[in-house]
Amino acid sequence: MATDVPAVKLIGWYGSPYVHRAEVALRLKGVPYEFIRDDPINKSELLLQHNPIHKKVPVLLHGDRTICESLVILEYVDETFDGPPLLPVDPYERAMARFWAHFIDQKFARPFWMSFWMCEDDEHKEAFVKEAKGNLAILEEQLKGRRFFGGDAVGFLDVAACGLAHWLGVIEEVSGVTLVNGDEFPAFCKWAKAYVNDDTVKQSLPDRDELLAFFSGNKEIYMALARATLHK
Amino acid sequence: MAVEKNNNGLQLLGFWVSPFAQRCHIALAEKGLSYESLEQDLSNKSELLLRANPVHKKIPVLLHGGRPICESLVILQYLDEAFPEASALLPSDPGARAHARFWAGFVDTKVFECGVRLWKRKAGSEPQVQARKEMVEALRTLDAELGDKPFLAGEAFGFVDVAVVPFAAWLVSYGRLGEFDVEEVCPRLVAWAERCGERESVAKSIHPPEKVWEFVGFLKNKLGDK
Repeated sequence: MATDVPAVKLIGWYGSPYVHRAEVALRLKGVPYEFIRDDPINKSELLLQHNPIHKKVPVLLHGDRTICESLVILEYVDETFDGPPLLPVDPYERAMARFWAHFIDQKFARPFWMSFWMCEDDEHKEAFVKEAKGNLAILEEQLKGRRFFGGDAVGFLDVAACGLAHWLGVIEEVSGVTLVNGDEFPAFCKWAKAYVNDDTVKQSLPDRDELLAFFSGNKEIYMALARATLHK
Repeated sequence: MAVEKNNNGLQLLGFWVSPFAQRCHIALAEKGLSYESLEQDLSNKSELLLRANPVHKKIPVLLHGGRPICESLVILQYLDEAFPEASALLPSDPGARAHARFWAGFVDTKVFECGVRLWKRKAGSEPQVQARKEMVEALRTLDAELGDKPFLAGEAFGFVDVAVVPFAAWLVSYGRLGEFDVEEVCPRLVAWAERCGERESVAKSIHPPEKVWEFVGFLKNKLGDK
């Protein structure tokens, strides 16, 4: 790209792990981009125009193309730009990476959310904690002694799992619920540390203290939501 | 194993009425790949299924040379990448590929998931009425996306069509559960479903809407809210 105006724009909310996924992918590929900071409480016309269906971030604008959904964006960035591949080369390994990314999106949100925000004395909490830890154990096994899911370097699945590396610890601190510990999940803990300390990843991780303040501020809302959606 | 050699080493663990399994049958047929179809009993899951998909214990599972690949959309992409010489499901342009992946995902989260609530929640209850509204909106959105194109993928039948067409057989059921007129909500999608039904791969793989309705009745009885 010869021009100095980036042809790539990314609409995002500060602090979103999904937005981070997209940013990290662009940075790993060395693609310059303009970050357009949107407000989740006051969504811009630009966002609503480009993602009318889900009304969510991240949204990647590349020339006249609009790409929504963070994992779709990851694959688009991998296929469009030169640079180190995000997905493995082998078809079976690619299928595994996609499977585990989907597993993370499907299986972590609810049990984790409920484990953190349900009241201590709620009888259902234990079941959610068990489920969350069970899923963590499955992921722990997938690391197979590697530094990253992608091997020696950060790859597709590491980026997909970013929420677990950086945001999880913050929410544990705010909620007072600890799911991850070095005894039960040693490989996972090492991976999380390696991920957040990676030079490229660091550039697009939201500040931990700011995240802490944000989640602390919304604690009551999250607890109320957990109670309300128990039987959804 | 003689069967494996004749079938590209491919086996598909499926269940007759599952739209996710049907996606895989259609994809394999579109790509002209022979395979061994292994119908599963989901009320009594086989050792093979539990070993192949220990995480979700669900079908479909594709076994290629004994190695399992799970999740229907992952399977579809795997087939394209492992068998590049067979006609591609996904287009080659990255923007078009992203578009295909987005809409395939839309059907999973906005149509299928909503459809489950339609039959599972008690008819007329607040969550079921909410599901009706969401289903109508999702189908209208899909109908608008199709627009005047012959197929969701464009001029030719492609990845998105493979991903969505198994749900065409569920439209009648959704309409009945949701108490809406499918022809009024998504007329273009209804015409598209008929067009797709003329393809051999689709005709061979999906079951008539009334059969699906019968199955929905069974599901409601067994797993629905009382």
